Amino acid sequence: MADEKRTARAQKDGTEKKSKATKKDGSRHADADRSTDTVSAEGKAEARRHSVEKAETRAKATAKRKGLRKLTGLDRDGLLGMLERMMLIREFEEQCANLYRAGRIRGVTHTYQGQEAVAVGTCTALRIDDYITSTHRGHAHVIAKGGEVDLMMAELMGKATGYCKGRGGSMHIADMTRGILGANGIVGGGMGIAVGAALSSKMLGRDTVAVCFFGDGAMNQGILHEVSNMAAVWNLPVVFLVENNLYGMSACLEDAMACPELDLAKRADAYGMPGVTCDGMDVVDVYLAAKEAVERARGGGGPSYVVCDTYRFLGHHVGDPLSYRDKSEVEPWRALDPIPRLGRQLVADKLATQAEVDAVDAATRAAIARALAFAEASPDPDPSNLTEDVFA
Amino acid sequence: MSGTATGNAAATGAAATLTYVQALNEALREEMERDPTVFVMGEDIAVWGGGGVFGVTKGLLEAFGPERVRDTPISEAGFTGVGLGAALTGMRPVVEYMYADFMMVAMDQIANQAAKIRYQFGGKARVPLVLRTQEGAGRGNGPQHSQSLEAWFCHIPGLKVAIPSTPADAKGLLKTAIRDDNPVVFLEHKLLYGKKGEIPAGEHLVPFGKANVLREGRHVTVVGIHVLNDMALEAADILAAEGIELEVVDPRTLVPYDRETVAASIRKTGRLIVAHQAPERAGIAAELIQCAIEDAFDYLDAPPVRLCAANMPVPYAKSLEDAAMPQVADIVAAARRLMSGSSVVGTRS
Repeated sequence: MADEKRTARAQKDGTEKKSKATKKDGSRHADADRSTDTVSAEGKAEARRHSVEKAETRAKATAKRKGLRKLTGLDRDGLLGMLERMMLIREFEEQCANLYRAGRIRGVTHTYQGQEAVAVGTCTALRIDDYITSTHRGHAHVIAKGGEVDLMMAELMGKATGYCKGRGGSMHIADMTRGILGANGIVGGGMGIAVGAALSSKMLGRDTVAVCFFGDGAMNQGILHEVSNMAAVWNLPVVFLVENNLYGMSACLEDAMACPELDLAKRADAYGMPGVTCDGMDVVDVYLAAKEAVERARGGGGPSYVVCDTYRFLGHHVGDPLSYRDKSEVEPWRALDPIPRLGRQLVADKLATQAEVDAVDAATRAAIARALAFAEASPDPDPSNLTEDVFA
Repeated sequence: MSGTATGNAAATGAAATLTYVQALNEALREEMERDPTVFVMGEDIAVWGGGGVFGVTKGLLEAFGPERVRDTPISEAGFTGVGLGAALTGMRPVVEYMYADFMMVAMDQIANQAAKIRYQFGGKARVPLVLRTQEGAGRGNGPQHSQSLEAWFCHIPGLKVAIPSTPADAKGLLKTAIRDDNPVVFLEHKLLYGKKGEIPAGEHLVPFGKANVLREGRHVTVVGIHVLNDMALEAADILAAEGIELEVVDPRTLVPYDRETVAASIRKTGRLIVAHQAPERAGIAAELIQCAIEDAFDYLDAPPVRLCAANMPVPYAKSLEDAAMPQVADIVAAARRLMSGSSVVGTRS
């Protein structure tokens, strides 16, 4: 019965939507195994194929895109800056994984390869005094918001010079001077903080905006409903930025979310907010969607949802055996890698030569190498300062 | 900011007799007038009954407007997070929970977020956040509206915990809490709201970590939490007729905790009772007694005693609720037992 309802709803949604992709989306569950309440392995595989096909269709449509400056309103430096930040994130995460495997980083660390367009596209739409709250997969958000990679690397290596003096590690980096209100070790833990920062903006008469980053997995945390509702009731300047990478740790959307066939941005309807979905593998598309949402919030137009369809190339954390997803599903996503994609577009748009793109790449690698050297040369925290800043 | 401070709270003039709830109200009013970043938020604090179900925020909406006296949706986890975010970004929120039990809904935001941020961010963030509520049994509010949860909060490093038991302390500790740059869990008691007491004239701030000796005595120290202090004073009157003198010490705050004042009292009396309405098992009494053992073992003439609620949910019916909670008679009996064999008085129980 529940399945019939779900299918009917999906089909209704499919017929209402104009895009071919969504029609296909809407009908796919009709063919799925109905013997259980959960979606069959075959159904899930089909859903995965559909996700990447949708992303490929978007990529094709924008591959020959010209006039990036006019489209985005960003100058050449701004566009190259997005490339640089994405490359910086990629290299940071690669080195982070190496360090982890070498036993130089403790605990767990969650890397972001594949999702760079989301953090960078969003934060490019923000001012330095705007706020973000980040997640357990938060290195990229910090870098995209202008965080300093040497202090980050030192924190990951547990050094006294790290952002948090070695007290927090990977999941707690914050930079109060740049509005970075912290990564978070609790899924959904930062949502209230973002909305609170938006409330401050409103009460203090500032025009700052807060962006709340979280993933599809966190969409099932109760506090999201609470603060979405509050943000809407109080018309607060906050953007709920969903990174839909299709998995919450090992749980795919189909296993974890009711109505997985529906666009996640429809959640916003429940609060009377605008909700849009964009191509999370395309930094320009993310930037345009984020910019619209941020400008709306800044102008007093209230909160909204922006869903970025994306994919993490690697595991939930370094060392994840990836038992829950088929290897074959990764390659098509890697072909949509947001970094070469922007590089190609900049070259095609004659905003940069390939040599200039390569030079940015080399410069970011050098910057991360310097960060590593800084971290390695930094002292461990002194245990005689163990309880510094412990007030209660 | 909207809302103009038009309140008439006077930090001047002579001492006044106020109820506990009026004292809290005066503290909020004075701090909101003093500092425009102070605001209150919570469920049914503005419109309901003109100032919350217990009246703590009475008149504040009229004085400061709906932006600063903010009714929230019924979303404890959500509005705790929102208060925390506001505290991190320039405001000084005072978040109210109608009942302490409801704070359990928000424990991630309290324990994992608010308590840890300053330390885990390398000391670079400040969290001037007050989480106010009332706890305790005695009104027939049943299992989910009568708990005493102070031990939960004391166990989390990064939270200060205040437990005022007099109107003067209610005012003075709340004003101190609001001016603190760290999160404070401010636990009031539902049975104390109508209690009257003298409030000192002028600006009245009570420092954290300074216990208050409510009554001096030579024979048994009673450290009470909330209503157990009043019960201890009542017990002291009864026992005085028998020649047993209780010294009643109100810790005022549990984090920080004034070990020295309690230890000094034990050095005088040699006997300790710790009493609270929270269940005995892993209650704060165990911690306070251990502190006393560490600080004044050589002075103890008898094993310290804890008088706590039974290890069970708080029942509704009066006969059951009374039976589950420590009462005046329990303090009297425990003090007599501690004194039995003493040369001061004969065995009485």
